[in-house]
Amino acid sequence: MAEGLSLRLRAEGPIPLDLSLDVAPGEVVALVGPSGAGKSTALRCVAGLHQPSQGKVRCGGETWLDTASGLALAPHRRSAGLVFQDYALFPHMTALGNVMAATGHLPRTQREARAREWLARVHLSGLEGRRPEELSGGQQQRVAVARSLARDPAVLLLDEPFSAVDRATRRRLQAELAGLRRSLAIPVLMVTHDLEEAVALADRICVMHRGTGLQQGTPANVLARPASAEVARLLDLRNLFRGRIEAQDEVSGRTVFRWGSRRVEALADRRLHAGTEVDWLVPGGAVVLHRRERPSQGERENPILARVIDLVPMGEEARVTLDVDDPEGGTLAFALPLHHARRNGLARGAECSVSLLAKAIHLMPRSN
Amino acid sequence: MDWAAFRLSAELGLWTLALLLPVSVWLGRLLAVRSFRGRGFIEAAVALPLVLPPTVVGFYLLLAFGAGSPLGRAWEALAGRGLAFSFEGLLLASVLVNLPFAVQPIQNGFAALPPRLREAGAMSGMAPWTVFRRVELPLAWPGIATAAVLTFAHTLGEFGVVLMVGGSIPGETRTAAIAIYDRVQAFDDRGAGLMSAVLLGTSVLALGLTNTLSRRVGRRRDG
Repeated sequence: MAEGLSLRLRAEGPIPLDLSLDVAPGEVVALVGPSGAGKSTALRCVAGLHQPSQGKVRCGGETWLDTASGLALAPHRRSAGLVFQDYALFPHMTALGNVMAATGHLPRTQREARAREWLARVHLSGLEGRRPEELSGGQQQRVAVARSLARDPAVLLLDEPFSAVDRATRRRLQAELAGLRRSLAIPVLMVTHDLEEAVALADRICVMHRGTGLQQGTPANVLARPASAEVARLLDLRNLFRGRIEAQDEVSGRTVFRWGSRRVEALADRRLHAGTEVDWLVPGGAVVLHRRERPSQGERENPILARVIDLVPMGEEARVTLDVDDPEGGTLAFALPLHHARRNGLARGAECSVSLLAKAIHLMPRSN
Repeated sequence: MDWAAFRLSAELGLWTLALLLPVSVWLGRLLAVRSFRGRGFIEAAVALPLVLPPTVVGFYLLLAFGAGSPLGRAWEALAGRGLAFSFEGLLLASVLVNLPFAVQPIQNGFAALPPRLREAGAMSGMAPWTVFRRVELPLAWPGIATAAVLTFAHTLGEFGVVLMVGGSIPGETRTAAIAIYDRVQAFDDRGAGLMSAVLLGTSVLALGLTNTLSRRVGRRRDG
């Protein structure tokens, strides 16, 4: 089996790093986090453009960096394709020249044909003779992608590859990249501060902050079960509150915790003992509005009386913010079809009651 | 009209270019790309001939070329004759006083290149030398051409240093600029005028070329 990318990085300031990551061939992993989180630095460590004080980088069965044994391959000796944020195309070369510049590993006679092939694969046939300044932002990005793949790399690195184009172009390029990656049998590591982009393109995401990899997993899993309140905040997840574990209810298989003056039930989490301080999270999708006329069974599940602070119609949907009397002043946000909101008399200032579905409540022990 | 003097000036200019350009490309790129201890000192040393009176530069060079100095003695042992008042001595002086005219435009040319391009070259699998040849040189060449034109023109016109270290030996160290001075001393106004006109024309041409080239560098920096 082909070997993927394996990355172990450690460095103290000025650019701290603490990251351990593996990317399998054919897998796309996105490093996400705010600017300055060390995402690009981690990527540059793989490329050899940055040297961490301690680290090991292996890719495709080769060791590229091993600070313990003093090994550090020069960037041009690492078989890595990198798409720069600003593309960094060679301004004095045509599109074809740019891609051909990365085919030095091939016999001279095959280089042009291979470069044309790559340009065709990124839908740029016919524009081979244009210089970068004569290409649109999206076209430049495609040239950059073609150039990064033309050297037949063992890993593809993408540094915020869609940040320099407009929204419509970004969507199209993302779709193209999603198509392209299916035919690539190499690991792909991308850096983005755009969570939606990471969710759309990546098999796994790695949340980074201050150079540290905080959590890795599938986008769905990380979003539903962040490892800590810090991760939840970095992912801009709503409905994050504090509580204290009260009891493990063996009969019902639930963990009961106290939230201000309320008792809330979640699915049993046996790591948590009574008295443990927790952060907890409920996704907007697990907040269920009680119907006025027809009370139902489900209303017994964590019922919460609340007051509507804000209701914003967004197309067919209403985004609702509730005052839930949270001791920390937090609010509960969820969305529901606009006609539901109307039918149930939801309006700013109105009282209502909702249920928090126990199975979707995610408990995170506080680290301090 | 002293054609031998013009010929000597041209030879001096071309030899100066041949020796100075490779060094300046290396040094200019180093100063533009790397940051290291002592960079400011080197930049100041390179710029020194711009601010020192030519007679002062000439005086120190004469001292360095003399039989009393290690350089003078080494050259004498090697070539069998002194460095002062010889073409070789003149050439060495010319290389030194032209350093700022060659290094600074080249340094600007390399500094104008986005550092990302060098990285992109490496990420395309190019070895550093290939990146230099295929990416940096083609983009920095207006700076290098400017340096060449300035150096050549300045060598033709250099007077003070040439007079100090070369004297005015016909066919050996009497350059066009010195010959004009000699013509004036000999009340040959017509000869001096002709030769001056030729040097004037050359200088205007050089400046025109330099301006065109530096506009190219400017455009690239904007784009």
